[in-house]
Amino acid sequence: MKTEIIDILQKYPAGAKENLIPILQDIQGNEGFLSKGSVIEVGNYLSMPTSKIFGVATFYNQFRFSPLGKFHIQVCRGTACHVLGSLTVLETIEKYVGVKAGSTSRDGIFSIEEVACMGACGLAPVISVNGNFHAKVNSESIKEILDSYRKQAEL
Amino acid sequence: MSTVKNQYKEFLINEVLRDYSGNSKDKQIHEKISVMKHEVISEPIIYVGAGTCGLGAGAGKTLEVVKSFLKDNNINARIIETGCIGLCAVEPIVDIQLPGYNRLSFQEVTADKVVPILNSMLLSNKIPDDSIILGQIEIPNAEKWNKIAYLNEHPFFAPQKRLVLKNVGIIDPVDINEYIARDGYKSYIKAINLYKPIDICDIIEKSGLRGRGGGGFPTGRKWKFANSEVNDQKYLICNADEGDPGAFMDRAVIEGDPHRLIEGMAIGAYAIGATKAYVYIRAEYPLAIERLEIAIKQAKEFGLIGKNIFGTGVNFEIKIKKGAGAFVCGEETALMNSIEGKRGMPRSRPPFPTTSGLFNKPTVINNVETFSNVSSIIYHGADWFSSTGTQNSKGTKVFALSGKIKLTGLVEIPMGTTIRQILFDIAGGIKNDKKFKAVQIGGPSGGCITEQNLDIQIDYESLIKVGAMMGSGGLVVMDEDNCMVDVAKFFMSFIQKESCGKCIPCREGTKRLLEILESITSKPKPGDNTEALDRFKGVMQIEKLCNVIKDTSLCGLGQTAPNPVLSTLKWFKDEYESHVFDRHCPAGVCQNLKVYKIDVEKCTGCTVCAKKCPVGAIIGTRKSPHFINEDKCIGCGACYEACNFEAIRIV
Repeated sequence: MKTEIIDILQKYPAGAKENLIPILQDIQGNEGFLSKGSVIEVGNYLSMPTSKIFGVATFYNQFRFSPLGKFHIQVCRGTACHVLGSLTVLETIEKYVGVKAGSTSRDGIFSIEEVACMGACGLAPVISVNGNFHAKVNSESIKEILDSYRKQAEL
Repeated sequence: MSTVKNQYKEFLINEVLRDYSGNSKDKQIHEKISVMKHEVISEPIIYVGAGTCGLGAGAGKTLEVVKSFLKDNNINARIIETGCIGLCAVEPIVDIQLPGYNRLSFQEVTADKVVPILNSMLLSNKIPDDSIILGQIEIPNAEKWNKIAYLNEHPFFAPQKRLVLKNVGIIDPVDINEYIARDGYKSYIKAINLYKPIDICDIIEKSGLRGRGGGGFPTGRKWKFANSEVNDQKYLICNADEGDPGAFMDRAVIEGDPHRLIEGMAIGAYAIGATKAYVYIRAEYPLAIERLEIAIKQAKEFGLIGKNIFGTGVNFEIKIKKGAGAFVCGEETALMNSIEGKRGMPRSRPPFPTTSGLFNKPTVINNVETFSNVSSIIYHGADWFSSTGTQNSKGTKVFALSGKIKLTGLVEIPMGTTIRQILFDIAGGIKNDKKFKAVQIGGPSGGCITEQNLDIQIDYESLIKVGAMMGSGGLVVMDEDNCMVDVAKFFMSFIQKESCGKCIPCREGTKRLLEILESITSKPKPGDNTEALDRFKGVMQIEKLCNVIKDTSLCGLGQTAPNPVLSTLKWFKDEYESHVFDRHCPAGVCQNLKVYKIDVEKCTGCTVCAKKCPVGAIIGTRKSPHFINEDKCIGCGACYEACNFEAIRIV
């Protein structure tokens, strides 16, 4: 078992099932996604069947089961962003990266995720790349933004 | 807050909080307080609006430039990162307060504009000529700036009444000293010293405060239910799972004034007899979580959270639970399941949470804005609060303005204000002076308000009367370029994705409803003979299906899910009809209904469009006009974007 997972698990009392979600959040925060191995470890620690854990994890949008790209693009698809054209923005990004939302590009540089609302509706449409917000984007400006990240990745 | 040991802690605890009446005439106390309120300062203070929206607009870079400017010029000045004052449209907002002067607020201070402003303000005490000033904020006994209007006279702020947002954007959110200096936590100390728990419930009930999260249930009554339960453990939960797309007031309150929320929760917990509280907050709000964590830590240091608070024997502890991105967890019973580590699926009621909620114990759950109202009600009294508002809806409500509006942001207005006042007086009207079409209120559970209903006075009942609902207070403005069928479809696809799947009406009904809307907004498929019939059947049944979902769903999510469809059907029947009968989208939004034509006169035959077309629907030879095969065209618009001669038109 990886030491990081042990460290995370030991922050929580063994068998306390109500801590399942925080544990999964910590693991994902650490590894970027939930691997099969780590889910099994969590199951052993909390005395829960793995199927139950997957049942909970797949219910929530936050949890992923495959690694992210170097730059993770979150595209806000909230109402305010929608009325200001976030669908076109998303389509442009998908075209640029070459994969659909919810997956990672083959070179591993970008991954795209649709999110419900990031709470920056006053600046719609908004995207966030690795947590950095880019406000009032459109299909033109988005290309420049992504170009700059691609350059960073190639350095 | 500075990392040095808090020199004011003992003073604040003993002289300010224990004397919660605030009647002390001691001059020294007042002097100290005005230092903490930044009314008397020895060095300039630069406030940078660094909420999520400010940072999105570039406040992070602004902050860096400010720091390096101070360093390069050897200037001693304090930098305070505040929350968002609410005028998101002109972020980043930077305030500068020079010793002895009123605080000046500058708008749109992007990184490139910092140096000229600081140069002239800090080095020569002068207002730079070409900067845009939002206004000045009055500081007692300070000199005012000539010819500069006051911020509270700004058209965006003048009609507002800020109770919940009072400190947001003004104070340092992670400085407990300043919060206490501004009368914070006094209500809590007063409550636990002076009142019995049931008295607090009475005061809140008398004030007329109703839940700000959507339903509008009287808060005091809810607390009374929980208060009357006898159990060894009760819980209090703050619902900060602000999932409604288009609403961000809870985020702003937590980022800008987290102590107000904590104080409200502490009072609530005392009133119902709960010793443990949870804040269930969206993981998408990292900054809010961070500031709340700091605030909780500070409150612990002051003994405001913990055991035997201020020697009264009251215990209170607070835990943060991060949501994991499920909209349905905004529903109270689903939220409780999620805290328990289960799938966030709603439970059937009764039993109600006040009887059997979290871990089957009596639980009260309220949202951020509701709790943030509590401390001022205790401080000023129930009558003071109920003097604002309408007959049945008291106090104020925070609305988040977004969409096609000139000034986007947060406004807090007294109940009873009209929507027209919000949109046109406060927010300056529609962007680019387009024609107003509708405003969507209440997110995926709400409805539309059209021109003819703009003059209704906002309260819980009047909004329901016109087929909308208060919801959490997101106002998304739409103009003539928006298609209402598309908006309905957008909400339905959102709900369909977020439906937890527990009950059939919601799981299957929303799926069918979405299918009907999709068939309305798409072209006939060649060779599919049953499509037209299915589509027709869908149109016939759409309203009935909505009502079935409404009547039979288990929780609030399903019961309100058809509202956007019903409301747009009611007010924009003509738009539905032109989609249904003419397969035409009047606003030109629905992609599948767009028909692209090439203008023979303008086309030069450059073949760019034909190369771009993903389905090979464009035919023609080089240097002669091209044509679009409509049967093949999927309406993606790639040719429209690619054409350099404006030869492609949408008809």
